[in-house]
Amino acid sequence: MNEKVMQKRKWQATLFFILIIAVTYLSAFITNFNLMEGLTAFPQAIGWIFANLLITQESLEKLPTILEKLTETIFMSIAATTTAAVVSLFLGIMGSKTTSINGVLSVAARFIASVSRNIPVVAWALILLLSFGQNSVTGYLALFVGTVGFLTRAFIESIDEASHSSVEALTATGATYVHIVNKAVIPQSLPQIISWILFMIETNIRSATLVGILTGTGIGYTFDMYYKSMNYNAVALVTFSIVIAVIVIELLSNYIRKVIL
Amino acid sequence: MALLQVIELGKSYNTETRVLKGVNFDVKAGEFVSIIGPSGAGKSTLLRCINRMVSISEGSILFDNQEVSRLKKKDLRKLRTDIGMVFQHYNLVPRLTVIENVLHGRFGYKSTLQGVLGRFNEDEKARAFYLLHKLGIEEHAYKRCDQLSGGQQQRVGIARALIQDPKLVLCDEPIASLDPNSSKIIMDHLKSITSELGITCLVNLHQVEVAHQYSDRIIGLNEGEVVFDGPNHQLTDDKINRIYGTQTRELITV
Amino acid sequence: METLSKPTYMKRNRDGSILIKARSKQQLVMRATIGSLIILSLIGFLLFDYTGLDLASAITETAYNLKVMFVEPALNHFSLGEAFYQVGITLGLAVLSTVIGAVIALFLSLMAATNLSNAWVSKTVRIVVAFIRAVPTVLWVLIFAIAAGLGSEAAVLGMLFHSIAYLVKAFSEAFEEIDKGIIEALQSTGSNWWHIVTHGVLPSTFTYLLSWTFLRFEINFSVAVAMGAAAGAGGIGFELFMASGFYFDLSEVGFITYAILLIAIILEVLSTQLKNRYFPASVRSES
Repeated sequence: MNEKVMQKRKWQATLFFILIIAVTYLSAFITNFNLMEGLTAFPQAIGWIFANLLITQESLEKLPTILEKLTETIFMSIAATTTAAVVSLFLGIMGSKTTSINGVLSVAARFIASVSRNIPVVAWALILLLSFGQNSVTGYLALFVGTVGFLTRAFIESIDEASHSSVEALTATGATYVHIVNKAVIPQSLPQIISWILFMIETNIRSATLVGILTGTGIGYTFDMYYKSMNYNAVALVTFSIVIAVIVIELLSNYIRKVIL
Repeated sequence: MALLQVIELGKSYNTETRVLKGVNFDVKAGEFVSIIGPSGAGKSTLLRCINRMVSISEGSILFDNQEVSRLKKKDLRKLRTDIGMVFQHYNLVPRLTVIENVLHGRFGYKSTLQGVLGRFNEDEKARAFYLLHKLGIEEHAYKRCDQLSGGQQQRVGIARALIQDPKLVLCDEPIASLDPNSSKIIMDHLKSITSELGITCLVNLHQVEVAHQYSDRIIGLNEGEVVFDGPNHQLTDDKINRIYGTQTRELITV
Repeated sequence: METLSKPTYMKRNRDGSILIKARSKQQLVMRATIGSLIILSLIGFLLFDYTGLDLASAITETAYNLKVMFVEPALNHFSLGEAFYQVGITLGLAVLSTVIGAVIALFLSLMAATNLSNAWVSKTVRIVVAFIRAVPTVLWVLIFAIAAGLGSEAAVLGMLFHSIAYLVKAFSEAFEEIDKGIIEALQSTGSNWWHIVTHGVLPSTFTYLLSWTFLRFEINFSVAVAMGAAAGAGGIGFELFMASGFYFDLSEVGFITYAILLIAIILEVLSTQLKNRYFPASVRSES
């Protein structure tokens, strides 16, 4: 590397940092964000949290209702993820270069995935809420659509990565397309696929809370109710039970990943 | 009567470069033929034209008196069933067991449904074990393929090709990723396929010495053209220089 | 066909047929996982609360709504300029939480990387990060909205948490992958920890860190939309919430959705390019 290139690099880096700082300032201006206020608010906020978000005896009485809603939410996330995974597997096989049947289907699969992924889950929830109403199906569908988008992309990558050479070998033995997908592609990418599904279940439990607030279902609705009625002890309990649930599921899927990958 | 006839074969992936130009040769049943040439000479493409893993641009290939380039779906499967293939990187499904990988060679004989259910009959399984035994890796039958050494994986690849009951086995650089010791084992096994089972072998190699030692006949390929075709004793230094270009030979054969 | 007379290594199933599958723990766990996911999903469908659901009419209505949205997008309650401004607010929230998050995450990840920090500091940081990740972002934002008072500060603080958690994980993994030799070489010259970090660790991971940060920005954009809709953080998300929840104006919902989709796709294309350029195949995005 000669001196000129070094100089140029240095310039680029400086310019880049100036740009970042400028964009940050602009963002702060547009959003009325005040860093100093944020910084001072933070310790206060933490103080408030420790003073008010306490689980009391009284709030513990609400535990059965909360757990019921939490289970409902967990089941909804799992159901949405599993069904979405089935659709995504199909779209993934269509979309992957190694296994696609024809170009049109491949582009269609990628297009469906891209649109459903890039429209945020909240938007789907709000759209579906209009005609499906306040029930689990609305939340389920919103999660389902977003998950299809995400998993299809992940599955396409896993399939692309896993299987080019064995696909070639099986084609050369005279195997049919279905044989190849079923006996080479799937066994090879299955651990990755399961890993992505587990990851998505974790994510969806968190998203389900968000969707629940909007659609009035599950643990999100419970949280919102207590939040709006300023029952902060119950809010703390809801938050805590979500944390426990997510961490347990994360530990479980980490164990599964460790064995299968 | 020749098992395989390649007539004026040409192949281009795009309009500018022609990978193969006017390739002509015959292979008789029971022959062990090596194709040698520098990398980029079109050896792999030539092999893949024979079982239509790549499409043929011009000319024709006759296998067992069938015009390969015109075969439709079902007959193409039948053709591929008759032709086994061994790859440089073995191309196994690493997460499956050795025995499952060997049985993959039977898919050509299965309907889609049979294959999906994974139904192999006891004869096929016993045959797979027999082949593994013959290749000296029977003890690894229930191991996952990625737990095997390169040489062992290649033997699984050979078993997969043999269980097809092929008339011809195509080997694409079968020893290019192996150490000298495993290379010898693999070449000995390939040779015995022809000598013991009478199955024709067409092998891509880039080591001239190995080709010399094992083949009945050698075909030299350079820039997509056949520049030598004859019994291996006719392959003189002069001819080798023509295949590889004068000076490069030392580099390639090391 | 020739077969073996004495098959020494062959195993058989109970029915006497020859076994071809390996009975490994791995296979067992995979089957168990798939099996239980299917059963749990079925139970899930049984447990669903189907109140007020008329599936047939809901589907036809949704199809009609989607048609109105995507075929006749329009703005009725605010101007195009206003729309730009609202998108700007959402992007602004995403920028602030990403940039501030990246700075904080940089320090925390140096503490979390096992090759740069001592074991218990690293462990503590990791546990705290795992806890933070487990609380949904929307809950952080809502909690900060009461704890710190409403305003963009609360939204940014709430969004910061997950940004930091995500980036600490990504950054510390990047640090841990650095060649030991680089650190050793600098240590052998007598450099202290800060020298090693600024002259060895950061230069060799810089492009990585940038790519991860950009990936997080992509995620933060959709988080910011969500926070606007669900936690009153303002921006285009809030307009979406108003258009669908208060005005029932499908054309406007359509317009806003298009706007979000457009930006999300631009960000995705950019981050995919960054990823392909700087990442080995083994590292992938997680949101």
